[in-house]
Amino acid sequence: MARRENPEINAGSMADIAFLLLIFFLVTTTMDVDSGISKKLAEKPPKDYVPPKIKMKNIFEISINRNNQLFVDGEVMELKDLKEAAIKFIDNGGGIGNPVEGEKEGKSCDYCGGERDENSSDHPNKAIISVESDRATEYGTYVTVQDELLSAYTELRNRLSQKRYGMSFNELEQLFIDSGRKDEELRKKVEDVKTSYPQIITDLDPTGAN
Amino acid sequence: MSKFRKKKKETPALSTASLPDIVFMLLFFFMVTTTMRETDLQIDAPRLPSASEVKKLEHKSLVSTIYVGKAKDPKYGTGYNKIQLNDKIGTPDDVPAFIINEREKVSEAEIPFMTTSIKADKESNVGTLTDIRLKLRDVNALKLSLSTQKGSTIKK
Repeated sequence: MARRENPEINAGSMADIAFLLLIFFLVTTTMDVDSGISKKLAEKPPKDYVPPKIKMKNIFEISINRNNQLFVDGEVMELKDLKEAAIKFIDNGGGIGNPVEGEKEGKSCDYCGGERDENSSDHPNKAIISVESDRATEYGTYVTVQDELLSAYTELRNRLSQKRYGMSFNELEQLFIDSGRKDEELRKKVEDVKTSYPQIITDLDPTGAN
Repeated sequence: MSKFRKKKKETPALSTASLPDIVFMLLFFFMVTTTMRETDLQIDAPRLPSASEVKKLEHKSLVSTIYVGKAKDPKYGTGYNKIQLNDKIGTPDDVPAFIINEREKVSEAEIPFMTTSIKADKESNVGTLTDIRLKLRDVNALKLSLSTQKGSTIKK
């Protein structure tokens, strides 16, 4: 009648230990992926560099003053109207563009949906957006302006991509990335849309002292 | 009779034996996804501006982060324009050294793909950003990412 059973190990506190570890990792974890507006800086120009001459009508001048107000081509503008104005400027297509690689002469923009106003930009690949900000401008406003400009380009690219390839540019790009950036046909399509509406945004050195 | 009475039904205790399994599963999930904060912030965590046209930063090892914001330590003043490189507050003049130091951590072939991520508070000044940008240009660190959170600040 010797009843010597194996005594069970008490696993009740196991949960406590696991919870403790769990809470530790819960606290230290950071799940969010870093994301942001990407910019490419221009290289330092050589000393004897002569900047090319650009017609005023091909420049979309945005200045932000120290009170975070916007001046666009000499007029005060609200932040919410900026995108529309930028689209109108980029997509104007009033003249002849820069020659594409492999071609000698530039063509007029046959895909632009703008008003073809002679006093606005000639071609999306000539249209330059320049952002000038005061040193004391708030960073938040600056980022918002950049964001609005980029979203203007995105909208134009989406529209063109929809027309040519039947899907938005975002979808097209995602397809390309999903293919491991190897699908040549998709690459051509992506490049085509990108070169049709190249993002030309320059930042001028800020004015004013801090 | 007593034999039967003993078999009176008791409410069975809820088995908690599988609880550790569940908790361990969660634990492993968080262990795998966790990334420890490698630098102590000397400035208040920057309130990032929001934007919608954002790109994800991939390849974490190729990203060097510069923080801009208000210093925690009041001896540095209360402005939102303090720059933190690695573990200490610095000036724009320290940026090139910081970038060169970061470059030593990766192989030579990967240097052109290095990105500098600027995490600046939305109340910082553009002037500070420009100072950093000019210094970055001096050392040819041309890929820049202005860190934001998702969302839009403009009410349509």
